[in-house]
Amino acid sequence: MRVSGNDMCELIAFTIGEQEFCVEVMAVREIRGWTPATPLPHSPGYVRGVINLRGVVLPVMDMSLRLGMEPTDPSQRHVIIVIQVGGQLVGLLVDAVSDILMVPAASIQPPPDMSKEMDRDFVQGIIPIEGRMVCLIQLNALFGTIESEAA
Amino acid sequence: MLKSADVLADLTAASRDGGSVDKSRTSDLVKELEAFAKGTPLPVAAPVAEPVRQEAPVAVAAPAAPEPTDDAGFQPVPFSFDDFGDEADEATPAEAEGGGRSVFTVRFKPRSDLYAKGNEAVLLMRDLAKVGDLQVICEIDALPPIDQLDPEGAYFSWLIRVETDKDEDAIRHVFEFAEWDCLFEVKPGADEALFSVHTASGEDLPMAPVPFDLSMLDEEPAAAAPVADAPAPAVVAAVSVEEAPLAPPSLPRAEKAIAAEAEKKEAAVAGVPAAPQTIRVDLDRVDRLINLVGELVINQAMLAQSVVENESGGSSAINLGLEELQQLTREIQDSVMAIRAQPVKPVFQRMGRIVREIADMTGKNVRLVTEGENTEVDKTVIDKLAEPLTHMIRNAVDHGLETPEKRLALGKNAEGVLRLTAKHRSGRIVIEIADDGAGINRERVRSKAIENGLIAPDANLSDEDIDNLIFHPGFSTAEKLSDISGRGVGMDVVKRSIQQLGGRISITSKPGKGSIFTMSLPLTLAVLDGMVVTVANQTLVVPLTAIVETLQPEKQDIHAFGPTQRLIAIRDTFCPLVDVGHILNFRSYLANPIDGVALLVESEGGGQRALMVDAIQGQRQVVIKSLEANYTNVPGIAAATILGDGRVALILDVDAVVTASRGHALSSEMTLSATG
Repeated sequence: MRVSGNDMCELIAFTIGEQEFCVEVMAVREIRGWTPATPLPHSPGYVRGVINLRGVVLPVMDMSLRLGMEPTDPSQRHVIIVIQVGGQLVGLLVDAVSDILMVPAASIQPPPDMSKEMDRDFVQGIIPIEGRMVCLIQLNALFGTIESEAA
Repeated sequence: MLKSADVLADLTAASRDGGSVDKSRTSDLVKELEAFAKGTPLPVAAPVAEPVRQEAPVAVAAPAAPEPTDDAGFQPVPFSFDDFGDEADEATPAEAEGGGRSVFTVRFKPRSDLYAKGNEAVLLMRDLAKVGDLQVICEIDALPPIDQLDPEGAYFSWLIRVETDKDEDAIRHVFEFAEWDCLFEVKPGADEALFSVHTASGEDLPMAPVPFDLSMLDEEPAAAAPVADAPAPAVVAAVSVEEAPLAPPSLPRAEKAIAAEAEKKEAAVAGVPAAPQTIRVDLDRVDRLINLVGELVINQAMLAQSVVENESGGSSAINLGLEELQQLTREIQDSVMAIRAQPVKPVFQRMGRIVREIADMTGKNVRLVTEGENTEVDKTVIDKLAEPLTHMIRNAVDHGLETPEKRLALGKNAEGVLRLTAKHRSGRIVIEIADDGAGINRERVRSKAIENGLIAPDANLSDEDIDNLIFHPGFSTAEKLSDISGRGVGMDVVKRSIQQLGGRISITSKPGKGSIFTMSLPLTLAVLDGMVVTVANQTLVVPLTAIVETLQPEKQDIHAFGPTQRLIAIRDTFCPLVDVGHILNFRSYLANPIDGVALLVESEGGGQRALMVDAIQGQRQVVIKSLEANYTNVPGIAAATILGDGRVALILDVDAVVTASRGHALSSEMTLSATG
């Protein structure tokens, strides 16, 4: 993601439990409701399985579990954010999509140096919005580890 | 003669890339050729004919010129069409026009730009041949001496006499795209004087190449394979002008009938065989079509299922329509798949040359036997197959087979046999390279591996593990470095390129008996006949080709074997029972075999296993969807598919499951990483 000067960043915000996160809007291909996934053997726990996205086999990641929180118990109300990173599509299972944000790139703060409770690698920055705090997810980091962990 | 074609090809490549050529090979060959020429004076004209190659005129002509083979002289050989020498050609323009046909003279001189843009004089002339009957003269006056020759220049021009019932525009249309890159003029009427001169001089030349080329075609159609830069097609091209190099095998044979002088008349009556019409299409478009059709099939299945669910019984009109739709989609799918699928034949035929070459270099007698050449596989797979296959063939001849003396001493036939086989197995294509050589010298591999620090000196490795060591990067047992092997980039590269294709490679080797390298590659985009089964509440698809039989295990047939393993008795033989759900981690316990169904499968290694599944749902043709596209390779799973209800089902990788059941962990493909 290019961040420079006065650029505005357009982000899609979603919630997991009580927390708010966001991803860059350009990476998002679509948002769809939860459909039961076919589990994949020998895959990390956060990979819920694969679903059929109009003929494409789409792996779905449980973002809550991925970020070190409780596993999601998916229902009809949960949504899958389909994102594209480096030619691959992946679905992120989240509780709900809450907002589309326009923030100046300058307002994105680096994540504080804290314990590893939530894997810091996945957080690119934090954004304060009207008293809320939204974490910007680093999508590449999310992807890079899939392969090495699954192998 | 085949060798001479090979050497010429090398010379061509060398002159093009500025590489060096093995002088001794060339001179040996020249001697052979000369000897051959003395015995049979006529056929030696063939190498002369080769340089007069229409397409890429310079590339072939250049290296051949300095060779002694050129003794017979490098002279213009007029290209004779099928109707060459036919009386009709001698008709005056008036007569021709009287028959509703008119004659044009086309002068065509390509500039080098033409070749640079990927156009070919040959292709143009082939198109022109569709307009009317041609008589072609190649003018090579402009060809400079060899040292002044620009390898990418264009020096040839052609004078073409076209006899056609179409008008001038039809001729111009052929050259439409080449117009700017060549000098091109069309004149009505024929310059008979010019042509008769050339024709006469043409007839003075020995037509000897004709019978020779034919015998060559008979011997080995491979030589005429459509390899653009191989000179072999050029031989054919010299005879039958432009049809042969790209025509399917049946055509050269038809051409043969025409070209042979004795049969010339009958052939002329029979007419020119029509080349099958082809178009060139961007691969992306085909892929898009294939994807769309795949989705259509899934959608159709989903529609059918929801109709069945919504109105049990339903109106017969809807059902009838659905059935027809299903048939149509199936047919569309088959046709679309057939577009991309191509036989492995061209790749296999290329191997013939590799084998000859290596056998020659190493002084071994090798016979290449190919089987299953018509096995079809996706084009992308074919394209990427050539390189690893070449490596493995080289290896097999260089390392695998012994020298003739050694073979005789061992009581084997002096001639080594290399067997190249392709077949479909479990929805994959399996290519085997089997030699009857010495097999892998495990002691040597082991000591070498210890020397290179790949394994610990006291490592306890099974034979299989040792065999697999040769796939390790930088591993080579060859004592001297050569052109062929010993550079330490061999099998690991092979393995990598095969893995990139989503394939696997394995070795079985018996000391003194030979080695078999087995590559198993996916037929990407293919459809698969599968058995849909239920395992631990999950739906899986087992490739039907892998299944030998299905059976319902009885209690008395199940026998415990050791703490966790179980065997099932099938007609007095015991077969290991593999719980699929357990091996794929769908459940942590071993299911009771009596509750499920056993699928007797045969794996790549030949061994049989009984795979335990909970229930069989049915048999279905499924579209293979790659898991790697958006995810990564999943051990034990070959691919995914989408079922009629729109859900994703996984396709079981039977071989991987069987291997896993032998005690290897599913996730690590090679035990090497654990031991190395």
